[in-house]
Amino acid sequence: MSILQTPGSDGRFGEFGGRFVPETLVPACQELEEAFADAWNDPLFRADLDQLLREYAGRPSMLTECHNLSEQLGIRLILKREDLNHTGSHKINNVLGQVLLAKRMGKKRIVAETGAGQHGVASATAAALLGLECKVYMGEVDVARQELNVFRMRLLGSEVEAVTSGSRTLKDAVNEAMRDWVASVETTHYCLGSVMGPHPYPYMVRQFHRVIGDEAFEQTQELLGTTPDFVVACVGGGSNAMGIFSGFVDTPARLIGVEPAGGAAVSRGQPGVVHGMKSFLMQDEYGQVAEAHSISAGLDYPGVGPEHSYLASIGRAEYPTVTDDEVIKGFQLMSRAEGIIPALECAHAMAWISREAKNMQGKTVLMNLSGRGDKDVGQMMSILKDLT
Amino acid sequence: MTGRLEATLRARIDGGGKCLVPYITGGYPGWVDSVRACAANGADAIEIGIPFSDPVMDGPVIQQASQIALEAGATPVSIFQEIRNLDVGIPLAVMCYYNTVFHAGHERFANDLVAAGVSAAIVPDLPLEEAGEWCAAADAAGIETVMLAAPTAPDDRLPRVADRARGFVYSVGLLGVTGERAELALTATVLAARVKKITKKPVLIGVGVSNAAQAVEASRVADGVIMGASVVHRMIDGGSEAVGSFVAEVRKALDGATW
Repeated sequence: MSILQTPGSDGRFGEFGGRFVPETLVPACQELEEAFADAWNDPLFRADLDQLLREYAGRPSMLTECHNLSEQLGIRLILKREDLNHTGSHKINNVLGQVLLAKRMGKKRIVAETGAGQHGVASATAAALLGLECKVYMGEVDVARQELNVFRMRLLGSEVEAVTSGSRTLKDAVNEAMRDWVASVETTHYCLGSVMGPHPYPYMVRQFHRVIGDEAFEQTQELLGTTPDFVVACVGGGSNAMGIFSGFVDTPARLIGVEPAGGAAVSRGQPGVVHGMKSFLMQDEYGQVAEAHSISAGLDYPGVGPEHSYLASIGRAEYPTVTDDEVIKGFQLMSRAEGIIPALECAHAMAWISREAKNMQGKTVLMNLSGRGDKDVGQMMSILKDLT
Repeated sequence: MTGRLEATLRARIDGGGKCLVPYITGGYPGWVDSVRACAANGADAIEIGIPFSDPVMDGPVIQQASQIALEAGATPVSIFQEIRNLDVGIPLAVMCYYNTVFHAGHERFANDLVAAGVSAAIVPDLPLEEAGEWCAAADAAGIETVMLAAPTAPDDRLPRVADRARGFVYSVGLLGVTGERAELALTATVLAARVKKITKKPVLIGVGVSNAAQAVEASRVADGVIMGASVVHRMIDGGSEAVGSFVAEVRKALDGATW
């Protein structure tokens, strides 16, 4: 039996998950659960989605052998190139699935939250393609540090609202998107951007992203004749990590989800309930949710998807942390050694690999390069002043 | 067994009146005076909000009050201590998000409420399917758990919500978060009528009941109202005096109407 579970109607992965939402949203979550199950089992829906993934997103994404870094670090490093998808990250996999589903459910409008803007851009893109109205909530702090992505979303025809409550980052954008959904649930689908939130989102979003892991499993079998020793991905909410872990959870590969030191839900958090789910959560002694701090807007989140909490609780995956300084070095390392500018989120995975390479000599390491770094160049210009 | 909150509301209803439950954000500077002002001006019970970092059911006014209370250092413990010293003579209910309960532990939280002299709890992000553990602890401690009925609930769901409700059934007045609206939403009385049909428990409309006239309109169908943002915005702008005169105005309108 696979470690990857199909949750029952209680939406649980072990003790984690569930559906902790206002009564108003319960019927919508139930409707979504049924609609997703129905669509996922419908060959016509799957064919439509596969066609979009192939002809629009550019799947399958390829593997790249990092010859230079491999030699430098004494490991065999292979990248899964989600950065080459349309819109520049893995986020498009989930969004095409959800927007197609929203249309099938007769919804006219989607709302989405975004941190770095990658999910917002992907949502705006899918909404433009499939003809739905789209509103994206984004923390005011993130609007400032990701202004190019804000412009992209507007260019694609979406409305972007800067969220000024709380820490003005990703968690507050989720709050505001949920408030919108409570008021608009009859016409609107909430296009949640990670493997988090109330059931069925963590399960549904993982299913939409497992294409990453399924492809990577086949591709590494072909390339290596076996599975890699390590599978490494960055974790904020954890969607790209769940996507690639899905292909390897039942293999001997060690699964490593790298969290930012300032947003380390698994290693520094305790079980808690926010945004509709029970999961590891950074919080104070009274259960107030802590504000995360990360150089990367996409990982600036105090919680984590419940399936990651489950994988951590049974010891199947590990969740180490890296510091912002290590991330900046990782960002430069991949850029210079391989000619690939990674998203700051992925630079977390690179940072961990480079730090731990001494303990992985001769091993094969598959890293999910979940997004490209173009969006971060402006921010990095102000940090790496000696290069300007 | 009927709890103190339900018994108090029932007495008002049986006397031919309508129930008025104002909401005050706990921990907001001067909040205790506002609770006293509510009690002195005709509230039947008072809902006290425990501020939370991520209040997804609340609109801008209560969000702002919560944030100010948190910045002023409010915690569940500090609020319970102040509640313990309140002697307003009417039942108190706390409104808190579930992580506050979960983090403290179900039994401990229920016992803390009892120790503070609180009668009931409203947990807006804890729907029926997830409420089992809390309700068991609350029932054992004698805390009445108010359940929310939403406009989106299908007919087969409402009786299950009402059955599990203690104190009263909170009939959500509109699709959306707390906050004042120019008019009472049509959904408010439609839902309250559906709930009234399937339960004998008190049914109060809350969310989007913004002034005395809307309170009367809502009470034509329901047994009374919960008034949140309209009370809290007066607390922010004018302190306990403004709260007191607003509650008195609504009480007068409810008492003066013919049903």
